[in-house]
Amino acid sequence: MQSCSLKTRKAIDQSVRVIASLSAVIGLFAIVWILLTVTGRGIGALNLKFFTEVPTPPGIPGGGLINAIVGTVIMTIIAAVFSLPIGLLAGTYLAEIGKETRFAEVVRFVTNILIGVPSIIVGIFIYALLVVPMRGFSGYAGAVALAVIMLPIVVRTTEDMLNLVPDSLRESALALGASRWQVTLNVVFRSAKRGLLTGVLLAVARVSGETAPLLFTALNSAYWFSSLKEPLANLTVTIFNYAMSPYQDWQQKAWGASLLITVGVLFLTITARLIMKRQGKQL
Amino acid sequence: MALTALTSKWSGSVPAVWAVWDVWDENSPDRIIKPVAGDRVFRWITTVCAAAIPVLMAGLVCVMVFNSHLALKKFGLGFLTSTAWNPITQEYGALSSIFGTGVSTLIAMLIAMPMGLAVALFLVEWAPPKLEAFFGTAIELLAAVPSIIYGMWGLFVFAPFMADHVQPLLGRYLGFLPLFKGPPMGIGMLTTGIILALMILPFISSVSRDVFKMVPSVLKESAYGLGATNWEVTKGVILPYALHGIIGAGFLGLGRALGETMAVTFVIGNSHRLSASLFETGNSIASTLANEFTEASEPLYLHALVALGLVLFLITVTSQIAAQLWLRHIIKKAGGK
Amino acid sequence: MNETISIKIKQNPDRSLFNRDEESVVNSSGGNHSTVKLAVRNLNFFYGEHQVLFDNNIDIHQKQITAIIGPSGCGKSTHIRTYNRIYELYRNQRAEGEIRMGGQNILAPTVDSTLLRQRIGMIFQKPSPFPMSVFDNIAYGLRINTNGRGSELAGCVEETLQRVALWDEVKDKLWEPGTDLSGGQQQRLCIARAIAIKPEVLLMDEPCSAIDPIASAKIEELMLDLKSHYTIVIVTHNMQQAARVSDYTAFFYQGHIIEFGDTKQLFTNPQHQQTEDYITGRFG
Repeated sequence: MQSCSLKTRKAIDQSVRVIASLSAVIGLFAIVWILLTVTGRGIGALNLKFFTEVPTPPGIPGGGLINAIVGTVIMTIIAAVFSLPIGLLAGTYLAEIGKETRFAEVVRFVTNILIGVPSIIVGIFIYALLVVPMRGFSGYAGAVALAVIMLPIVVRTTEDMLNLVPDSLRESALALGASRWQVTLNVVFRSAKRGLLTGVLLAVARVSGETAPLLFTALNSAYWFSSLKEPLANLTVTIFNYAMSPYQDWQQKAWGASLLITVGVLFLTITARLIMKRQGKQL
Repeated sequence: MALTALTSKWSGSVPAVWAVWDVWDENSPDRIIKPVAGDRVFRWITTVCAAAIPVLMAGLVCVMVFNSHLALKKFGLGFLTSTAWNPITQEYGALSSIFGTGVSTLIAMLIAMPMGLAVALFLVEWAPPKLEAFFGTAIELLAAVPSIIYGMWGLFVFAPFMADHVQPLLGRYLGFLPLFKGPPMGIGMLTTGIILALMILPFISSVSRDVFKMVPSVLKESAYGLGATNWEVTKGVILPYALHGIIGAGFLGLGRALGETMAVTFVIGNSHRLSASLFETGNSIASTLANEFTEASEPLYLHALVALGLVLFLITVTSQIAAQLWLRHIIKKAGGK
Repeated sequence: MNETISIKIKQNPDRSLFNRDEESVVNSSGGNHSTVKLAVRNLNFFYGEHQVLFDNNIDIHQKQITAIIGPSGCGKSTHIRTYNRIYELYRNQRAEGEIRMGGQNILAPTVDSTLLRQRIGMIFQKPSPFPMSVFDNIAYGLRINTNGRGSELAGCVEETLQRVALWDEVKDKLWEPGTDLSGGQQQRLCIARAIAIKPEVLLMDEPCSAIDPIASAKIEELMLDLKSHYTIVIVTHNMQQAARVSDYTAFFYQGHIIEFGDTKQLFTNPQHQQTEDYITGRFG
């Protein structure tokens, strides 16, 4: 470094700066490009029919994807109903009850690994666990697959958020003679409620855009929702099927569905961020 | 926890004076709360929920192994080294899928690692605060976009762009390398790798950003005080200090790239073959599963696919465990200081 | 003041059973007669393998203020955190020895720590209002310890707030978050929250260290006022504060109780060299 003149050093510094800025610009450019594409190609497909009608048979133009929209919403809600209570309580165990026990360590470790398991593996797991014994693809299987993906995420965010609550609050409540469960429910949860809400929203956002775990569980359907024991239409698998089809009209619909799902997921994500930001201001 | 351990020892030998304590009104014994019972139930319920996680994991492994035993028994370890994939002759091998997963992930890491670090550095060290917030949010939103959107964009927009503009250029100037031979089709390994890189970029940059922010300003200031330039401080102080965290960020991105399904399935081309050229189509474990799983009619075919899934599972879990142990190592080191 | 409280606390017959065992003692140094509320005997405390309190022996006198002073890190806070067993929240923390209250060793595993804490309240260094309204902060302890009927609850909250001289300041914002109050008000809110459930002993762990001097003065005043009903133990690093408010003072050094006695005597005529060094500002 000493052999370099100041000029060279400055030049190196400048070029690194340019490279770093360029990387940031490329990253930004990528998201703008993707969002513009999805908006530009998808907006044309979003009309009243898209939101009110079921699909037409292949090759016949017209129709909509209301069945897939409803299917995605139903499965996401069921997944949340399964995984939120279990996940919140398990996260509570890790943050409040077990904390440093051996068992908690194991659960924490496995949770982190489970978060990293590819979602398609979860799809296979649920296929073997539910689809094969039930002899058919079903909305239930899809919802359970989503729940399995959601569960570890909820556990980890719950633990993280509860850990942000200062011990002084727990001590004050315990010092009033509150028991552990009262302290947790009345004081710790209340104090962490924005954080918990953020975590829940992010988990919902994450699973509502999932495709891979639904491919062999919920499959897809061209019909109106009839029963959770039948294959259930959903937006993401519809996008996959329609995009790979030769029909212009279907490809257009795939873009429409892409736009819808992107807007939905980004809306949830941004809402979650705003909630967290307001929390930060309040503290 | 000690608290509950002690309360659970509650027994009949407690003096009456403690049992019937009432702060307000001795005439209403129902006001005496029985916290011991409440806490015990609470502890029990949360423990059961926590236990659900390891049980789920164990179930997943058992189900996967059970549903792939036909393939495991028939092909043994040869499954990993065979390139055969023929449902008609019932010959299955995982090598081409493993190769595709490896190559696409490698390309993604080679692009995303330096780029992610550069973005993080830009955000922490050089960007004005307002710009930092804006860029930071934008790049993290990239992480929230569902992977199927990347697939759509990749297939319909980015692949044609690669075929028209990037691949001909690479072919013309670097075509003497086996890596860049073949017709510019757009889809294929290179395009897949680049899209994967875009997908993992936000993970790497946001984790690295957090790590860079933790570098004590005293360290930086003393380096600046010696007359070092910005880059020299970065290279000499920030990067070494943050190295452990950066490696953690890399593991995180790696895990995502290995298991990514939809984006890859759209653009990799889905052919069972090994090719030195990055312009050629191929497949990855995840894309093979996505494409063929619902078509598998023969039990052996299905078991071979699940075995493929098991391989992917083992690869990602190994990288996850490595990441976890690595992180623990860092925390221990930080705690020891 | 007891008469004005809308919910009357009648002496529970069982409570008198408690007091029966309380011995009347003659204070060795002061000579004034008073009753021992808490008798600490051979208290040792450990963080894992690391011992931080060594054979602490101290008598906390009923309806008196006992101050615990000493340099930071000497174990003052750890010591009073054993009185309500709040240390049990953390793994690896362990107390040995006896703390007798009415003939019962409160460290015994058969004693339920939740019930214990209803009788021994605690105020912490940093004001820690719960994330709920001012009213609910006070009512919280009442609700969990009783079945808190609406009208009684409201009256009780008002009484309690008046007692800590906070009522006039907050009567218009009872339903606003407790976290919106000023630091000094928050601390008085926490004191109110603690005394709302009528504990017998109040533990104060450096209650004034996080608030301004004027607010501190108000809290000192409040302590003297509360003395007629509660046994108070205060940990403080402020020697003037200890001298101003307390009847008894214990000087802690490196986990040992170096000296314990009448406050006036301890400050004017310390028996130990270390105590003298500390109160004259030669160390700590």
